[in-house]
Amino acid sequence: MKRRSTERKSKTSTNREKNREFAVITYLFVGMFILMMGYFVYFQVFRSEDFINSPYNTRQNTFAEHVVRGEIRSADGKTLAQTVVGEDGSETRYYPYGNMFAHAVGYDSNGKSGIESFGNFSLLRSHAFFLEQVFNGIQDQKNQGDNVITTLNYDLQETAYQALGNNRGAVVALDPATGKILAMVSKPDFDPNTIAAEWESIIADTDSDNSVLVNRAAQGLYPPGSTFKILTTLEYIRENPNYQNYAYDCTGSITMENTEIHCYHNSVHGTENLESSFANSCNTSYANIGLGLDKKAFRKLSEDLLFQKNLPIPYASSKSSFTLKENANTDEVTQTAIGQGETLMTPMHLAMITSAIANQGVLMRPYVIDHTENYKGVTVKNYRASQYGTLISEEEAGKLQEFMKKVVTEGTGSKLSGQSYQAAGKTGSAEFSSNKSESHAWFTGYASTEEQGTIVVTVIVEKGGSGSAAAVPVAKQVFDRYFYR
Amino acid sequence: MVHLITELSKYTMIILFALYTYQCFSALKRSVDPEEQAWKYRKQVIYLYLFHLNAYAVLFLSTKNLDLLKFYLEQVAFFAAVQICYGIFYKRVSKLVVNNMCMLLCIGFVMLTRLSYKHAVKQFAIAVVSMAVTMLIPYFISRWKFVKSLTWIYALAGITMLGVVAVLGAVSHGAKLSFSVAGIAVQPSEFIKIIFVFFVASMFYESTEFDQIVKATLVAALHVIILVLSRDLGAGLIFFIAYMVMLYVATRKLYYFAGGMICGAAASVAAYFLFNHVRVRVVAWQDPLAVFEREGNQISNSLFAIGTGGWFGMGLNQGMPYKIPEVKQDFIFSAIAEELGGIFAICLILVCVSCLLMFLNIAMQIKDMFYKLVALGLGTIYGFQIFLSIGGDIKFIPSTGVTLPLVSYGGSSLLSTLIIFAIIQGLYLMRERGEELEQTESKEKPGNKKEKEAKMEEKKGRQTEKRDREETKKKDPKEKRPKKKKGLGRKGEISSHEETIHGTKIQDFD
Repeated sequence: MKRRSTERKSKTSTNREKNREFAVITYLFVGMFILMMGYFVYFQVFRSEDFINSPYNTRQNTFAEHVVRGEIRSADGKTLAQTVVGEDGSETRYYPYGNMFAHAVGYDSNGKSGIESFGNFSLLRSHAFFLEQVFNGIQDQKNQGDNVITTLNYDLQETAYQALGNNRGAVVALDPATGKILAMVSKPDFDPNTIAAEWESIIADTDSDNSVLVNRAAQGLYPPGSTFKILTTLEYIRENPNYQNYAYDCTGSITMENTEIHCYHNSVHGTENLESSFANSCNTSYANIGLGLDKKAFRKLSEDLLFQKNLPIPYASSKSSFTLKENANTDEVTQTAIGQGETLMTPMHLAMITSAIANQGVLMRPYVIDHTENYKGVTVKNYRASQYGTLISEEEAGKLQEFMKKVVTEGTGSKLSGQSYQAAGKTGSAEFSSNKSESHAWFTGYASTEEQGTIVVTVIVEKGGSGSAAAVPVAKQVFDRYFYR
Repeated sequence: MVHLITELSKYTMIILFALYTYQCFSALKRSVDPEEQAWKYRKQVIYLYLFHLNAYAVLFLSTKNLDLLKFYLEQVAFFAAVQICYGIFYKRVSKLVVNNMCMLLCIGFVMLTRLSYKHAVKQFAIAVVSMAVTMLIPYFISRWKFVKSLTWIYALAGITMLGVVAVLGAVSHGAKLSFSVAGIAVQPSEFIKIIFVFFVASMFYESTEFDQIVKATLVAALHVIILVLSRDLGAGLIFFIAYMVMLYVATRKLYYFAGGMICGAAASVAAYFLFNHVRVRVVAWQDPLAVFEREGNQISNSLFAIGTGGWFGMGLNQGMPYKIPEVKQDFIFSAIAEELGGIFAICLILVCVSCLLMFLNIAMQIKDMFYKLVALGLGTIYGFQIFLSIGGDIKFIPSTGVTLPLVSYGGSSLLSTLIIFAIIQGLYLMRERGEELEQTESKEKPGNKKEKEAKMEEKKGRQTEKRDREETKKKDPKEKRPKKKKGLGRKGEISSHEETIHGTKIQDFD
């Protein structure tokens, strides 16, 4: 009996040996299929949203048949858009704050824009408890869609909206540490509640000054004016490690070949170093700096800072352009150095560069959807802050921060000095036509306190005159609201 | 009312198919009661008919197309005929494989009817003819011994046909895959893969000496190269994997397998840099949305469908699977996931896996090296094709454009898969005959439940003995094989077969 059992054992093991290859093959196959099924589950749980929410996904109409579009809310809980279902089942999209959030939230008739467009699928999806969905499905009732909670701050949006008044222009406020878009105003605007009725007249108005549907914050291309001196300064610092020795005697104007460059209002700044040239926004000094710069390297810098590129933002945007060529003549070079010439940029782009400077050189990707939740308030998906990349070194960011602080303490941005928060920035007055008396007023900058962190604000007031007179006060109101609320 | 039924059916169809799938694996488990085992298979058939009825009820209610009623009844008759024919003529085949074959065909018919009624009717007609023809294969496969010795004829036939297609074939979807015979587009690579398996099996059946391996490898490489050049990447990969697996099992040398896989990986990298049509697939796989307008369109649409469908699906006729290019052929899985749901789709993968396990199971049990390799090769082809098809649809791997066997639209694919299933069933019959032989020889009555364990171990011993016997037989060809006897005293008794796959007992009753 004992002998038999050992014999049996040995035979079993030879049998097992014989089938070793089959075990390997079977394991491989089973492993492959388990991995594949695992991936399928992973895709459904974690990745499917990216695809479902893609604007290419044309299945949206199918969704609208089964789901009541969800709400869009501000970060502080105000409802910015909601769907009202009438007694007869008719659905109306209602925007309680009308024009104030027109470009940020967008519209949902005659096409879509803003969050209504890129948040479309989140709004049309329902993550209500699934048994409830089953029950609704059986009763042929629509499910309640998910709500989109934005990063927009109602108070800041309202302040920026009021501060811009009746001017055309745009205001962007970003949180540089996260990339959250806190406010985004563009004027002229429209009322999304009545856009369907007014559509024909809006489309018929071809005056480019009106174009109310254009989101100037992200799509408006403006000459950057003196705000561009941030880039000129950075390029000069890169090429001249001993930039602290820079000295220039400003006499109010400079004539090179057949061009003459004046300082704003023909001011005479006297002897300046680089820092005071920046703080005074001295055109003649910067024209002088521009002539010494390596054009190829300058162009490279502009591209590193997202010129000629699609901005990494959810909103539809225009590409900023910087076209300085190797063979550019003196006139083109000096004009480019002071932010005139061919250069065009969007306010959002300038805000992003400022944000990178305020955030030690790292640009956080701007985003406006903070999270989505089902109608009962259970979070469906959180959108996390993500780095776009390091645009400039931490050291360079530090130097530019010092320069921009000087603008507030000693230069054109002095209206922002003496506050409990510390502000920094750069003003600009951009000439946009042959009529030298008119200019767009720019300000881009940031302010911070220990407790409340940092906020970036970029303002453009079309035909506002000088940046310090027209744009800085708008920025100040936003800063004040942020820090003194 | 219509809405209510459509909506409820989403869940009932998932439940029915999940129950069916459960039985697939429950039947693999060890069970001692043949009645219970038979009942499991009968339950599967019931689930199949209920699912079929449910699906066509939804399709009919949502389209109000009266032709569907007739079409439905024809299909019921077809499935009944298949079940009855196997029940009468081939009692000893694997019931699980028969059921799975019918279930996969059924899902295919439902999905094709939803996508295009015209194509579904055509597919059904091809299925009926193919089934009638392939029904004969199980009988003949074990009797036609000459199939073992056609080695070079297989090679010649395979390479000639592939070469002709590559040179003359019509350009369809960027790949030279098919030509027309009497108005019917034939895709030869679907059939050549079967011939290829027979070629490799007969080569290694003759010998596994080094020079034989070199010859076989050269011929196999030639197949793969022609396929890659004619842009049929999926088929090229399937041939390659099937060859490597068969080589490994025939030679029992792991380093052949590992070395071959490394060479294959190197060749893939080379192909990536050499051929644009390979790069395009990889680009589309890496980030389909970034290249949506061009390469990524198909895979993006597939993922839209799968994602939008979620776990429970949109319901039959409620989604937009027609947005996916080639949905009937290569992307049928995505259409199923969209309308029938992610849970259903996972069950579908599991049913395919259970088929594959049955294929590997029979390959393991057969003692004749030729048929063992045939079963293994066909199993590998079937399994790997499923992997490529579904894996490509869900972006697990780059899409290679292969069909999902039995489910996708396509006559060549359907016929060749039915041939594979029929051959496998023939091998189940063959194993049965071998078992009967053993049982009558040993003159041992099957024991009761208590003795089963011991008996099983003994049987393994017997199998080893039998192998030894066969080996001596080879040395002395004059010694006659014992005559086959009818299974005396077998009626009503337990007939069970157990084998060990990686330590798990897999048992199969009939």
